[in-house]
Amino acid sequence: MSFDFLQDKDRIFTNVYGFQSPDLKAAQARGDWDNTKDLIALGNDKIIEEIKASGLRGRGGAGFPTGLKWSFMPKEAPKDARGNPRPSFLVINADESEPGSCKDREIMRGDPHKLIEGALVAGFAMRARAAYIYIRGEYIAEAIALEKAVAEAYDAGLIGKNAAGSGYDFDVFVHRGAGAYICGEETAMIESLEGKKGQPRLKPPFPAGAGLYGCPTTVNNVESIAVVPTIIRRSGAWFASFGRENNKGTKLFQVSGHVEKPAVFEEAMSIPFRDMIEKHCGGITGGWDNLLAVIPGGSSVPLVPAEQIMAAPMDFDGLKDVGSGLGTAAVIVMDKSTDIVRAISRLSYFYKHESCGQCTPCREGTGWMWRVMEKMRDGNAEIEDIDTLYEVTKQVEGHTICALGDAAAWPIQGLIHHFRPEMERRIRERQGGNEEIMEAAE
Amino acid sequence: MPKVTVDGLELEVPQGATVLQAAELAGKEIPRFCYHERLSIAGNCRMCLVEVKPGPPKPQASCALPATEGQEIRTDTEMVKKAREGVMEFLLINHPLDCPICDQGGECDLQDQAIAYGRGGSRFEENKRAVTEKYMGPIVKTVMTRCIHCTRCVRFSEEVAGVEEIGAIGRGESMQITSYLEQAVHSELSGNVIDLCPVGALTSKPYAFEARPWELKKTLGIDVSDAVGTNIRFDSRGREVLRVLPRVNDDVNEEWATDKTRYMVDGLVRRRLDKPFVRKSGKLVEASWDEAFKAIAKVAKKAGKSVAAVAGDMVDCETMFAARELLAAMGSKMLEGRQTGLAYDTSNLAAVNFNSTMNGIEEADAILLIGTNLRWEAPLVNTRVRKAIKRGAKVFAVGPEVDLTYKAEWLGEDAKVLGKLPKAVSDALKGADKPAIIMGGGALAMEGVHGAALKLAGKFKMVRDDWNGFNVLHFSAARMGGLMLGYAQKGGLADIVAAKPALLFALGADEMDYGQFKDSFKVYIGHHGDAGAHAADVILPAAAYPEKNGTYVNLEGRVQFSNKAVFAPGDAREDWSILRALSDVLGHTLPFDSFAECRAAMAKAVPALGNEGLASYDWAPPKLESKCEGALSYPIKDFYLTNSIARASATMQRCSAELLHADDMLEAAE
Repeated sequence: MSFDFLQDKDRIFTNVYGFQSPDLKAAQARGDWDNTKDLIALGNDKIIEEIKASGLRGRGGAGFPTGLKWSFMPKEAPKDARGNPRPSFLVINADESEPGSCKDREIMRGDPHKLIEGALVAGFAMRARAAYIYIRGEYIAEAIALEKAVAEAYDAGLIGKNAAGSGYDFDVFVHRGAGAYICGEETAMIESLEGKKGQPRLKPPFPAGAGLYGCPTTVNNVESIAVVPTIIRRSGAWFASFGRENNKGTKLFQVSGHVEKPAVFEEAMSIPFRDMIEKHCGGITGGWDNLLAVIPGGSSVPLVPAEQIMAAPMDFDGLKDVGSGLGTAAVIVMDKSTDIVRAISRLSYFYKHESCGQCTPCREGTGWMWRVMEKMRDGNAEIEDIDTLYEVTKQVEGHTICALGDAAAWPIQGLIHHFRPEMERRIRERQGGNEEIMEAAE
Repeated sequence: MPKVTVDGLELEVPQGATVLQAAELAGKEIPRFCYHERLSIAGNCRMCLVEVKPGPPKPQASCALPATEGQEIRTDTEMVKKAREGVMEFLLINHPLDCPICDQGGECDLQDQAIAYGRGGSRFEENKRAVTEKYMGPIVKTVMTRCIHCTRCVRFSEEVAGVEEIGAIGRGESMQITSYLEQAVHSELSGNVIDLCPVGALTSKPYAFEARPWELKKTLGIDVSDAVGTNIRFDSRGREVLRVLPRVNDDVNEEWATDKTRYMVDGLVRRRLDKPFVRKSGKLVEASWDEAFKAIAKVAKKAGKSVAAVAGDMVDCETMFAARELLAAMGSKMLEGRQTGLAYDTSNLAAVNFNSTMNGIEEADAILLIGTNLRWEAPLVNTRVRKAIKRGAKVFAVGPEVDLTYKAEWLGEDAKVLGKLPKAVSDALKGADKPAIIMGGGALAMEGVHGAALKLAGKFKMVRDDWNGFNVLHFSAARMGGLMLGYAQKGGLADIVAAKPALLFALGADEMDYGQFKDSFKVYIGHHGDAGAHAADVILPAAAYPEKNGTYVNLEGRVQFSNKAVFAPGDAREDWSILRALSDVLGHTLPFDSFAECRAAMAKAVPALGNEGLASYDWAPPKLESKCEGALSYPIKDFYLTNSIARASATMQRCSAELLHADDMLEAAE
């Protein structure tokens, strides 16, 4: 194996497995909250510069450069109609609901102080008044852990008035969601935080202009925020030393499905798929020949068949080249025992269930796609139906307000792209089977 | 002004315009369901997708995208066509194919756009979704399976009506539009959601299964249920007005109408006076026109000059003018329109007018409401005040606290506060660029309040070169026209009572206490068997507002003409012609033989009434007593039953019982 694996000294998340205590004291022993004041003393622009230099791309799925995102926040507070300045807010997306994704959960369980410290540093950099951590409703233990950590940080004076002795006032609020996948979309999350029905907003205006309560807002993923203090401490150049150009840094990968040892682990970006599975997951169940397909970035990205994924580097561009995406790096491995059509059909059901119902193509299309997929499962369809299904996915994709429509369409497109023969086989088998029965009956 | 290209046509569009508006300016039709000019942008139907460069290589929702310099907009490409077909197909997969039994049929956006932009066939072979009906009150009928979730109704109730009682529950396919706890929507504007609904999900309950739009004759008219002068359209078939819809007039009603405006018309076929009646030995008996006229002539001969006329709330100017001329010929000037005895000073019409105009009040930045329940006296003025608040206006109110659908700062019921306003109020009025007062029926009824309000207007300089913020809010459609025609005595109705007229003409006056005229011979010229007809000695059946041409002046002094949609029932005649015929019998023949001549004569006597549009009144406020004290109250006790037509309307009675007196009903049931 030629890949330069991430060494222990370079791990950012040192307690993802919860072997140590998540509380403040233990976190400080691991290096969190170590002179945070100095980090803040660098100043807003320096922090943003450093993050830009690190090449950090958003860890929530879209992979937008984090430093660039922060720089969209206004330097001067905009005024409202009555001439009062509006505050800015940082919203941290802990609504981790993507099927296959479970990295934020581990951070909040084992390393919550990394997140809170990151909130302060990032919030300061973008001149935010407060951070709202919107946590998925089903994450009960995680919400308790996070609330406990926030309370500890307040008690220790690390956040609140004069946070960590920096002279900057910064609050952190934990807000529990009610279990809607769509609230992980940034503008739907803002709506939900405001107490409204979780439905994505139209963009523009973008949150950096008018977000939470109409104020400038940046929404970042938990992991994007939690890595910030370490990047600032160890420099952007250090972070940028991992991974390929344009795909820098380390990343929490989550591998589930048909591997010997499913795991969440931190690894350098651009690690080849095969090396990753061998090193961290003990290989594929039944050996490499038994691999059928992989969904490399959480349920929203198209699947990649075995032969294409093996050597692919696990990063944004590498997976884009094989027609998929890194997403949240939630790798779902499927071996040949998988009913691939049924697996994708189940994902279709998920999107049908989670569509917010606001805009037409997604509201109507997700249900349609799921129903046709259910027919495809046992071949109860015509060959032409596959083309119709594909067209329907194309009618949804790119026509919706948010990306949920795309996310619902891509897995099916991936399936048709790579497994059309299998779908046709089922249809023929069923039809042919009928003929045989008919013949036998005669 | 950004310059854009639409399908190769280069044009300049106003700053802040959307791509959809730009395309419309270029003459391109953009199909849409959720977008509505007067509501916020939702962008959820996705029907208005167009191709825009520069931008991502996918179609964009044109309703929500701002037009910017150098944009290249295409509405005719393959991508756009496909996108529209796709969205249309999605909208139709779960829309029932029940057009033949749907009341929206023939005026359905979905039908029209499906034909223009749809695929012609469906590829959907699964089962369709069905949704249970929702109860939204006596006005709105729901067939929610037809709903396409455009959320226009939700946005209307929240943004315009100001009641957050319609919303969506559930998500994805299971999303349903419903009213709060499936109760009736408590808004006097609820009927507008029927017009807004682009499909047949929300239709009119009273009009259900009555007619198809292509069967109806459409006549342009003016509403008389309040003083706003809502521009309406009578949809009639044969001799019956089946429904009333608002017309667009940005200066008056925008495109809204109150539920009373829309639905009191079913009262036009109930309790109608369709024959003359004469009281004989205490009992009203049917008579011929001839008999009725002779009975009047007998009294008139003796009465001489002792004759008076009281105009009701809904009469047109021509009727009042004809009566005025008749009385003048008989030698009397005893005219009055304020039936309930209001006696405010009318020496300067500007001082009793809604001077800032309906449009103007939106721009006010500090508004003081005095003795007015705006929501009932003029719901469409109330929506304007809501708009002003959205723009940052502060609203203060004197009077008993009511829910105006927005936050007003209540200063108590006692009018005394006008003499010494709290500092916060006077500071706000002082600092305002466009301060305004709106005084309503309650304020006009109390002595001194008019003077106090005028004094405040002077103190806070509410009348400036380009702004007049002094507003009196009337709620009778005939009021301003009546005042222009001299239907006002110095002491109000009391002056006429004191004069003890031998002969009294009541022109559709139903809100008056007829006990005051025990000794007068009362001739009721009107259309409904209400208070006036009960008290009358002779009843002359006349035409209601859709049954005659007429001129009306709204609360801001806007002269508007209404047209005749249907004929009055039975022997009933148009009011002016009744007066003309009667004048012959009385020997004082009026100098006009047709409606046109009557209107021309009126325009000659009062030129302002001849010109459609705002009449101008010179601002010359009288000096009035400004000391006032005592609790203000509101004149309207029941919004749905304010006039004889509404009281005869089954729909209005149901609304009143259910929306305003639901608690009494529950108690009675116990």
